Order: sequence, then C-alpha cells, then structure tokens
Amino acid sequence: MELHERPRANGCGGARGALRNGFVRGPPGTQINHIVHNGGLYKRPFNEAFEETPMLVAVLTYVGYGVLTLFGYLRDFMRQWKIEKCQNATEREEQKDFVPLYQDFENFYNRNLYMRIRDSWNRPICSVPGAKVDMMERVSHDYNWTFTYTGRVIKDIINMGSYNYLGFAQKTGACQEAAAKVLSQYGAGVCSTRQEMGNLDKHEELEKLVARFLGVESAMAYGMGFATNSMNIPALVGKGCLILSDELNHASLVLGARLSGATIRIFKHNNMQSLEKLLKDAIVHGQPRTRRPWKKILILYLYLDEAHSIGALGPSGRGVVDYFGLDPEDVDVMMGTFTKSFGAAGGYIGGKKELIDYLRTYSHSAAYATSMSPPVVEQIITSVKCIMGEDGTTIGRARVQQLAENTRYFRRRLKEMGFIIYGNEDSPVVPLMLYMPAKIGAFGREMLKRNIGVVVVGFPATPIIESRARFCLSAAHTKEMLDTALKEINEVGDLLQLKYSRRRLVPLLDRPFDETTYEETED
Amino acid sequence: MAAMAGVGQQWVLVEMVQAFYEAPAYHLILEGILILWIIRLLFSKTYKLQERSDLTLKEKEELIEEWQPEPLVPPVPKDHPALNYNIVSGPPTHIITVNGKECINFASFNFLGLLNNEKVKSAAQSSLKKYGVGTCGPRGFYGTFDVHLELEERLAKFMRTEEAIIYSYGFATIASAIPAYSKRGDINPRKARVTRRFIVVEGLYMNRGDICPLPELIKLKYKYKVRIFLEESLSFGVLGQHGRGITEHFGINIDDIDLISANMENSLASIGGFCCGRSFIIDHQRLSGQGYCFSASLPPLLAAAAIEALNIMEDNPDIFQTLRAKCERIHKALQGISGLKVVGESFSPALHLQLEESCGSRENDVKLLKRVVDYCMNSGIALTQARYLEKEEKCLPPPSIRVVITVEQTEQELDKAASLLKEAAQSVLN
Repeated sequence: MELHERPRANGCGGARGALRNGFVRGPPGTQINHIVHNGGLYKRPFNEAFEETPMLVAVLTYVGYGVLTLFGYLRDFMRQWKIEKCQNATEREEQKDFVPLYQDFENFYNRNLYMRIRDSWNRPICSVPGAKVDMMERVSHDYNWTFTYTGRVIKDIINMGSYNYLGFAQKTGACQEAAAKVLSQYGAGVCSTRQEMGNLDKHEELEKLVARFLGVESAMAYGMGFATNSMNIPALVGKGCLILSDELNHASLVLGARLSGATIRIFKHNNMQSLEKLLKDAIVHGQPRTRRPWKKILILYLYLDEAHSIGALGPSGRGVVDYFGLDPEDVDVMMGTFTKSFGAAGGYIGGKKELIDYLRTYSHSAAYATSMSPPVVEQIITSVKCIMGEDGTTIGRARVQQLAENTRYFRRRLKEMGFIIYGNEDSPVVPLMLYMPAKIGAFGREMLKRNIGVVVVGFPATPIIESRARFCLSAAHTKEMLDTALKEINEVGDLLQLKYSRRRLVPLLDRPFDETTYEETED
Repeated sequence: MAAMAGVGQQWVLVEMVQAFYEAPAYHLILEGILILWIIRLLFSKTYKLQERSDLTLKEKEELIEEWQPEPLVPPVPKDHPALNYNIVSGPPTHIITVNGKECINFASFNFLGLLNNEKVKSAAQSSLKKYGVGTCGPRGFYGTFDVHLELEERLAKFMRTEEAIIYSYGFATIASAIPAYSKRGDINPRKARVTRRFIVVEGLYMNRGDICPLPELIKLKYKYKVRIFLEESLSFGVLGQHGRGITEHFGINIDDIDLISANMENSLASIGGFCCGRSFIIDHQRLSGQGYCFSASLPPLLAAAAIEALNIMEDNPDIFQTLRAKCERIHKALQGISGLKVVGESFSPALHLQLEESCGSRENDVKLLKRVVDYCMNSGIALTQARYLEKEEKCLPPPSIRVVITVEQTEQELDKAASLLKEAAQSVLN
C-alpha cells in the first residue's frame, strides 16, 4: 500500500484521474515504509487526508487575489498623490535622508491586504482562556487602521482558538492554588540565570518530574518554547553537520537550524521516501564539494518537537511517542513546550544524561537567560502530576480521554457537513479550508457575531491559496458547546458557501468511545 | 500498404544517394568530420557517466553501514564549573539560602528590591485568580490580554515614547528585534547604498560595567546616517533621575534613539522584555518579530507584577538616588584589595572583580576565583562568577566575580561584604 503524496494544490489532478483524495488506510501492522522498530511498523491505521483543492475554487481564489492587488496599486497611487490620506506611521523628518528602513513591497501586503481584515487577529481578551472566554469589544471607524475600545465586554464566547488541549487554563482548582502558594512564597521573578544564582529547588524538582513523565533519563526546562529550539539546536550541531528538516517545520526550528550554520536539506512533508532518498545521498556523497563525510546528521539523531502533541496525543497523554507505542529511548532529543497542554509557559528538552549535561553547560539559555518564574513552574508540576495520576485523582486520565473523544466527534461531524478538513483523524487541531481571501475575514467576523471565537490564517503562514480556519479542541469543551459550535459553523458554511468537499461521508451511528479500539470502519 | 511504404522508402534512399553524389567535396568532408565528432562525443560521454556512478549498490550499502556519526554531544567533564549549579532553596531575595547555607544576596539582579515586595506579589495574586497562569496562545490568536495592553501603554508613557511592545522572554527581545529590521543581505558591499546601517549598543555593559558614550554616538548617527539600537537591560530602572535609563542620564531626546530594548527581569523583578520607540519602528515588529508572532504571550500574572513594579518606581523616585549612593560606597570600599581589581563605573550596580594578575590559563583563574567565592559563601555573602559561553563570545572578558548592589542592602551589610572580600582575597590569593 503506498503512502500517497500530498496532492498539488493547483487543482490539476490530471494524471491521477479519478483518485482525488489521499486517503490512506491499512489494516494494523501494514508495511508502509522502511522504519523498522519494535519488530513492526505502524501498529494502528494511519488515517490522514488532504483533499485536493477543487479547480474552480483555486481559479476564483487567484482571481480574488488579483483584484485585491490591483486595488492595492490603485490605493497606493492615490496615497502617493495625496488624493487619499496616508494613515500609517512615517519616518522622522530629521531622518528622511537615511537609508529607508523597510522596503516598499514588504509593506504592500501589509497595507492593502492584511489591513482590511486585521480585526480577525490580536483580539484582546479579559478572562481566563478556557473553554469560554470574555472578549473586549473594539470597533474601528477608519477601516481597521485604528481601533477604539467601546468598554463593553462580550461574555462567554466559545473559545476554539486557544491551545488549551487538556483544559488546564483555569482560575480555580488544585493547580491554581498551588501556584498561588508558591507565588506568595517565592515572588514572581528570579533575577538571575540558571548558571549563576537562578537555579531554584523548584527547577530541579520540575526537571526530575518531566524526565519521569517522558520516560527519559534526564530533562532540562527553559523559560520559552520558541527559544528552546532556536538556542539549543545551535548548541548541538554546527558547521559540517547536516540537518534534514520537514517542509512544514515551525519557525523556531527553522531559525535554530539557520543559526547553527549547518547545511539544511528539506524533505517533503511526512514523506518517508523523500527522506530516505536524501539520507542515502547524503551519506554516500558526503558534504558538497569537499566530499568529506558528515559529522552528524540531525534526523539520524532524531530531534522531535512535540510542542503541540505532548499532553494531547496518546492514551496517557505522553505525546506522539506514546500514540504510536514506541520507546522514548529511541528518540535522541525530545523537545516540547509547556504552553499548550499544561497551561503554563516554557519549554523542555529530554534525553540521555550526557546530552542534558552538555546542554546545562553550553546552552545559551542556561548561561544568559533568566530562569523560569516559580509560580509557572509550580503550575507545570501540578498539572504533570495530575496527568500522570499522581495527585490521587483520575482527572488527568479523564481529560485525555475527553480530548480524544471530542476530536473524533468534531472531525467526523465537520466532514459529514461537507467541509474540507485536513489532517490526521486523531489530531485535536482541525483546519477547515477557506481558500478565498474575502472569506477569511468574513468567517472570522460571522463566527464572532454568533459568539464563537475562531482563528483564521492566511498568507504568509500558509500557501497563498490555502487559507484556512483552525479549530483547537480542548478537553474542557463539553458536548453541548461542540454542538452549538457545529450548528453555527454549519450556518456560516452555508452562508459563505464553504462546503467544498466532493466526497461525503456516510454518517455513522453515534458510538460510545471505546478505549481499546482505535480504528473506525467506513462503509 | 506495406509495399507502398517500401517503395516510398526506396525512393527516399535513392534520392539520398543521388544527393550524396551531387554534393560538393568540401560539403562531404565537413559532414564527415561532424559525424566523427558526434561519434566521439557519444563515446566519451558514456565514459564520464561511468565515473559518476562508480559506486555500485553494494558499495553504497557498505558506506552507509560504515558511516559513524560523531556522538551527539561530547562528554562534559564532571567538574566543569558551569555544570554544577548552586541550588537555591526558597526565594532568591535579600537573604538567600544557597546550598543549604543562609547568605546575604550579592548575586541576583534585584536592583530595586522588588522581588519580595508585598504590593507586587498581591497584584500578581489577583491576576492569577482572574486569569490562571498561562495564556495558551500567541498574541495574534487570543493571547492578547488587557494586562498586556495596559503594560505596553504604561511602559510607553514611562519612557516617553510613542509605543512599546512586550516579549515573553528577555533574551528573545533583542534577538527578535534586530532580525526584524535587517536581512542577511545587509552586509553585502555591492549594495552599500541600500543597506541599512545600525549601531547596536548597551546602555550599561553587563560584562564590563561601564557606560556607553551616548552623546558622541548621536553625533555619529547624524553624520553617517546610521540608526541606533540601544539595549538597556541593566540601565533601565537604574540610571537617570527617574530611572528612565541612559537617555535621561545624559539628557538626550528620546526620539533620537531609534529603538530601545530592555528586559524586565532586573529592575522590574518580573520576566520578559520590551522594546519601545516610535510607532513607525515598533509596529513593524508586531508582524515580523519572530519571538512575538510565533510564541506564546507573557503570562498575565507576570505582566501584572511588572505594572505594579512600574507604579512603585513612579511613586518613589528617590530609590534611584539611594541605589546610586550605595553603589558609590561599595565601589570605594572595594578599591585596594590586593590581588583583585574593580571593573565598572562607580554608579553601576553590577561590578566585576577581576584578578589583577592572571595565573596563566583561564581554567586556573576560574578555579582561583571559585575559591574566593566559596570562602565568602561560607561566611554568609552569596556571590557568583560571571558566566559566559566561552566558544560563542567574540571578545571573551577575563573571568571575574560579579558583585550586585541592591537597595535592600544596608550599609553594614555593604561594609561586611567589602571586608569579607578583602579577607578572602588575602587568604586565597596570597
């Protein structure tokens, strides 16, 4: 059974003819590719789908962007000739003859496209970012150039945008109480680096706990997830090394890879054959031009970034390693963040003791950056203990299960309605394709009118015609909330004509969640 | 049909032969040479192809088997000074418990003593009760809280600039700010006319404790048309009459500086950093500052703590004067210790004590200084050596002991520290 490559987004599926949707299905134990581990391969079906963009939609999207660009030029022209008032900030008079700080084109997109739908982002909230959130109302009288706050607060918006997978963003409860106690004892800041005077006993406790949770020998925690990647990859690899990086890796990984000075080669997203081919070439031919063998190849030393998956995937919430039933000792460097599933802030790296000792000595963060704030550390400690079940309750386990249930339900219902949804069936991040630029803004606004907060993303975070709405499910969402949300999404989908999918799923009977089976059959 | 084709072919052949006989001699020779050349090229090409793919499949497999990567990390010797951290039990405030021993804290950058301040803590507590701990998202996606907006406004007002932007990690502040304005091509001499030029300076240098000559830099700026980025992590909340930093200290118009960046982890006793300046410059970072767009926002309790700290700074402008007086006092008291020299300005709250004469290697210097530090710690003064990543620094400063002055230290404690350091230097270095 072949692993289907992701279809091209331009809608031209000529050669492949009738096979448009990349569904991958296989009975358990299917020999899909060459990763040999634990005697088997994937122990469970790997259901990922990336439905192709319908041709008409792609064409219309390009037309839409074309029209916007034309209008953009027109408006710029009018602004230059002072027919229209120029609203954005300008350089100081004294410095007008300095080399300009920004290139004009960088700002073209910003001025003419982003500005029109700017109100979909940076929405200020004023309550805990749980399943329901309160938002400050803001209006703009000059088409989003400036905002004013009316002072009213929109209450109880269903929050489908915050990364709150296990529902630990709470203002009451065991975690918050523990954090409050630590805050009154230790204060909010630390004022020193780890290597100097900033290594508190709380940090040591946290690191031991994280190592136990992940099943690795040792771990080290940092104050910011982004910085964990961008500062530690340069410590591990340097010139003369090779990094094989997935096409769609996060900005922090890309930055870390660039800063390290190693050679970077990119393989297609999730495509194992592309990766293997690159590996073979690299080993056989060595470094370009000099043909010397590579010192280290950073994917053979597997660096796994679990920023979103830790806590959210796997039967006991231990991330993607747990989800596939693999051994954490096989991953050389396990990285993750505490921001998403644990309701705190910061990142960690786990691995063998030599690795962590090396990082303690040579990492930028350890030497130059202030250590984590104590109440934040306490929040992580309490939430990890809760997930592991060590606090004496089953709340953690219940939440992990609730999240998996919510994910399956939500995805299935959306597919039934006819939307194009990307991604794996078990992933709590649900992208719903919008494609056209005007629909990005419209979707965000219409959902807010109906009291649901969603996240929409467009270019440059996604390819230009693949703009989407992204729902982040949480264990704190109850079934009622999901149903309300689904109803509203259905309405808006009809209003904006978002139901692009050509392939309708036969609706299944609602089955109660059964822990032991992870496959769903489709007839 | 086939017969017709056959006849047709034959006819073409006859034509060809006829043309052959009728062509002039030079034409034939030229053609002949060309044909020979083509044949030669064909053969030599296959020869080259053979060279490139000279590794058979089996050989490739062997190479793959044999290839051994370097170990992921080289082993670190067990007694490396940076490996064994001091463990602090309890809060790192004025009286600190290090490795089980209670000491007076001369090592944390808690300049204004706000780490243990009750008002700051209670502001953080009420924020914790309202918002929980984390923000669960970046600024663009429901991670913007009203406390963030308030903090940005307050910082901009305090520094008297148009706008401010906050980051959730002090280190990331300047690390995201600079790349947002310069690209890789900016060092290219061919494009010298369109490269943007920047001077990046620190207000108070952490590694040397001295101050940057800002008025001269401003003159240079207008002469050579460069922009100035000022990093004020140590000088924010320390220099200047109201704590506004080095611009207030020198009395310079703040609009002359293009960007001021500082972290809130020293004077404000919180976590995170901020940049402030004109809207023209700061707004750009909201879309292209990597540490801002792609990272979760600052936990609200830390933002609330910073706001409260700012309130205290604004309400008590005389603490800056007090701090400066203490710095002067200890600076004077530490002069004349045999074996150690003081590096840093007299009003800088972070001084360095370096060895007057090095023993030859950096490692031995570090060991010697460690003995001084240990002596002091055993007698109740907590100090630390300044830590660097030796491979990464361009001009690595010599090893030194860092002495930090805070407003909470009393005069007796300052005197005690000075005399203890004298004693330690005597016993260890002589």
